[in-house]
Amino acid sequence: MNRYPIWVYLTIAMALALGLLYTLPNFYGETPAVQVSSARVTVKADETVLARVEEELKRASVPYTGVLLDATGVRVRFSSVDLQGRGKDAISVLLNPDPSQPQFTVALNLMANSPDWLRNLHALPMYLGLDLRGGVHFLYRVSLEDALMKRLDGSSGNIRAQLRDKSLRHNGISREGRTLVIRFRDADTRERARTVIADGFSELVLEPQDVDGEARLIARIRPEAEKQIQDEAIKQNISTFHNRVNELGVSEPVIQQQGVDRILVQLPGVQDTARAKEILGRAATLEFRMVEAHAGSPDSRDYDAGKIEAAMKGTVPMGTELHFARNEGRGGARGEPLLLSRQIILTGDRLTGASAGFDQNQRSSVNIDLDAQGGRIMRDVTREAVKRRMAVLLVEKGAPEVLTAPVIQSELGNRFQITGLFSAREAADLALLLRAGSLAAPMEIIEERTVGPSLGRDNIEKGFNSTMWGFVAISIFMLAYYVAFGAFSVVALSANLLLLVAVLSIMQATLTLPGIAAIALTLGMAIDANVLINERIREELRAGASPQASIAVGYERAFGTILDSNVTTLIAGIALLLVGSGPVRGFAVVHCLGILTSMFSSVVVSRALVNLVFGRRRRLARVPIGNTAWE
Amino acid sequence: MEFFKIRRDIPFMRHAMVFNIISGLTFLAAVFFLFTRGLHFSIEFTGGTLIEMSYAGTADTDRVRGVLQKAGFDDVTVQNFGSSRDILIRMPAKPGQTSADLSTRVLEVLRADDATAERRRTEFVGPQVGSELARDGLLALLVTAIGIVIYLALRFEWKFGVAAIIANLHDVIIILGFFALFQWEFSLPVLAAVLAVLGYSVNESVVIADRIRENFRRMRRASVTEVIDNAITRTISRTIITHGCTQAMVTSMLFFGGAALHYFALALTIGILFGIYSSVLVMAPLVRWLGVKREDLIRATPKKKDEAVV
Repeated sequence: MNRYPIWVYLTIAMALALGLLYTLPNFYGETPAVQVSSARVTVKADETVLARVEEELKRASVPYTGVLLDATGVRVRFSSVDLQGRGKDAISVLLNPDPSQPQFTVALNLMANSPDWLRNLHALPMYLGLDLRGGVHFLYRVSLEDALMKRLDGSSGNIRAQLRDKSLRHNGISREGRTLVIRFRDADTRERARTVIADGFSELVLEPQDVDGEARLIARIRPEAEKQIQDEAIKQNISTFHNRVNELGVSEPVIQQQGVDRILVQLPGVQDTARAKEILGRAATLEFRMVEAHAGSPDSRDYDAGKIEAAMKGTVPMGTELHFARNEGRGGARGEPLLLSRQIILTGDRLTGASAGFDQNQRSSVNIDLDAQGGRIMRDVTREAVKRRMAVLLVEKGAPEVLTAPVIQSELGNRFQITGLFSAREAADLALLLRAGSLAAPMEIIEERTVGPSLGRDNIEKGFNSTMWGFVAISIFMLAYYVAFGAFSVVALSANLLLLVAVLSIMQATLTLPGIAAIALTLGMAIDANVLINERIREELRAGASPQASIAVGYERAFGTILDSNVTTLIAGIALLLVGSGPVRGFAVVHCLGILTSMFSSVVVSRALVNLVFGRRRRLARVPIGNTAWE
Repeated sequence: MEFFKIRRDIPFMRHAMVFNIISGLTFLAAVFFLFTRGLHFSIEFTGGTLIEMSYAGTADTDRVRGVLQKAGFDDVTVQNFGSSRDILIRMPAKPGQTSADLSTRVLEVLRADDATAERRRTEFVGPQVGSELARDGLLALLVTAIGIVIYLALRFEWKFGVAAIIANLHDVIIILGFFALFQWEFSLPVLAAVLAVLGYSVNESVVIADRIRENFRRMRRASVTEVIDNAITRTISRTIITHGCTQAMVTSMLFFGGAALHYFALALTIGILFGIYSSVLVMAPLVRWLGVKREDLIRATPKKKDEAVV
């Protein structure tokens, strides 16, 4: 009665073999490496790059231990962190002779040491969380409200242009809260404008209103469109982050949406938080707007020192806003005051490229590329605005700042240059800001975490030691108390650990310190199943059942209890998984998986062992499960 | 080896009143401390900034506090963390503060004071994240409790579900009571531990409930009290061995896990110790008082007569 058919043994052997295979990569550890990937669409990190890198490293006599070319680019391994640093410098100089226009991203990385045949089987080590490997973690909140406001501002400009095209006169368009108010002289014009607007702007709901004899049209964004705008804003911000992280040269960054309005950014290995925050945290939106008045050189267009002075005192003319240029002097005072039109010509999303360079007079410049529609808008606007000034406004955390406000020299298209006024370094900075994409909506950091590399190593060691010594203590007790059945239980528990780590590796789950704690705790709880079984067998033996019958009944009776108790534990685990975030989630994932693997290992694996050892003996005199005699 | 040579059933139910008074008093004490002292929430819940620094020599917390106060950081707490060389600096969230630059500035100040200072980790949590976590934590507790009651009601009988959840929420309150009394830091891992304990303690109740059901079938002429006493007596060895093994693992975490796992392991330890007590001595009397009858369970699973759970 205690025999398993051969296929059960085969299944178990197979499961354990697979478990071993996928657990294996975790034991090889990682070596420092440098990763080279392309920073532009036009260049590729291919064999020629690989050959150049190898040659350069040989020339600079930086010893390396291996090179690899895959879909992500070239990777070079080094035997120490020190050599890795030297290697990275040599490769950067070789591949990016002009640091302001990097062709390749050269990043420090850690590479799994596991042999190629394992990698070919997709047997990869678990991904270590930030608390184990060090790095920075940011959680951003995207202001979706601002994304809607911005869209309304954009629409107001387009509506104005549309109405002008159809020669429909209006008395002004203004945004009031989350609505646009369009004023007309009479209801008739309003009706005609309404059809025009309804045709061109399907995302708006229009509603006529009469206030003090004035015919108004109130435009609101449809709820469905609102949701879409918000989704797009988040998506754009995420892709902007991707670009910016590339500029930082980080390998394996995590950039994910979390909840409705959050973006999680994790940069493993990064220690310089200030720089990371500066580049990422330029949570900025970019807007091109016309300068309506300035107090710069008196002979240029729109010079009106009086208006500026009045604005500084608080009387800002309708349809304009007072903004200040960025102050390069780093002093407390603000830069040049400018009156900008409220109407946004373009936002950063029309931008397809920006790079630093030089104009024909060898002055540094920033070259800007726009998409087709952006180019069209720019052409229309600048045709009538030669010699006027156009401001590039950067809105950072609700604090707008004019990056630059150059004079328009001629009609612009979808490619143009901003020249003069800045140094090569400033040009590079401005280009970086423009190129890295602008954010669709402003963001703020609501959570930040930095883990130093030494703490990460300590945490791995502590987590490992806790699990190991706990395991040893349980094993000693089980062996002493239940003898042979204790040994089976220990083997089953080891199988549980093996399978759990294998499943986590296959899923490429992120292992964190709470995750390791969950592994330890799950093992400590999983032994319960074997204790239940062993106690039940002892009880049957005491009651006088034959050894074989005791084993069979013990396993059968214990199973119902094991199932019930695991289901209740699983309920708690799933609840944690559903509502938990961050460390709690890591804990919950491991806990739930551990419960599932323990069902298999403690019941099936231990039973298979028992059957293998005792199942074929017809006359089993006694079961080595410790002393069951009560006298 | 055999620890439990119990030949006659231990009359647990006869002393049920005593146990209930004891658990009632502990429960009230825990509630009292929760209300008077409150939980000492970690910054994950309250929002704020936390910086862990490591020094080459012994870290002088008073000096660090002085340096920071001089630099204009008024509301800081500085304490040793783990070893005498490591310190933990905490700053509460200020209303309207959203920038995470604080940690960078503190680091600069401390580096200027002592160049050996090494940053181990920094954390900044905005206030809105914190309140969400607290809400999610309560929600998780609620979902777990309801889920378990429903499962036990389906699998056994509603009386078991209700008794088990009362017994085990009583464990949760007691863990929280300890954290309130000693003002231990209540962090996210502790919350995870509390929920894990809830699931784990219910295991205990399930094992006993299973036995009670089995006994109702086997001991046809025994009274309810005898049935319960026998069920507890015959599972007590398993209860203690299992809890001992789990506790061995948790103790190992307490010793080797360092400061990061300390309170997590501590919460589990309290949970495991009270878990034994509550599922044996709180849940069983509750089931009896709720008036469990043989018919409740026998009728519930008539078809499973010759199965394992019988």
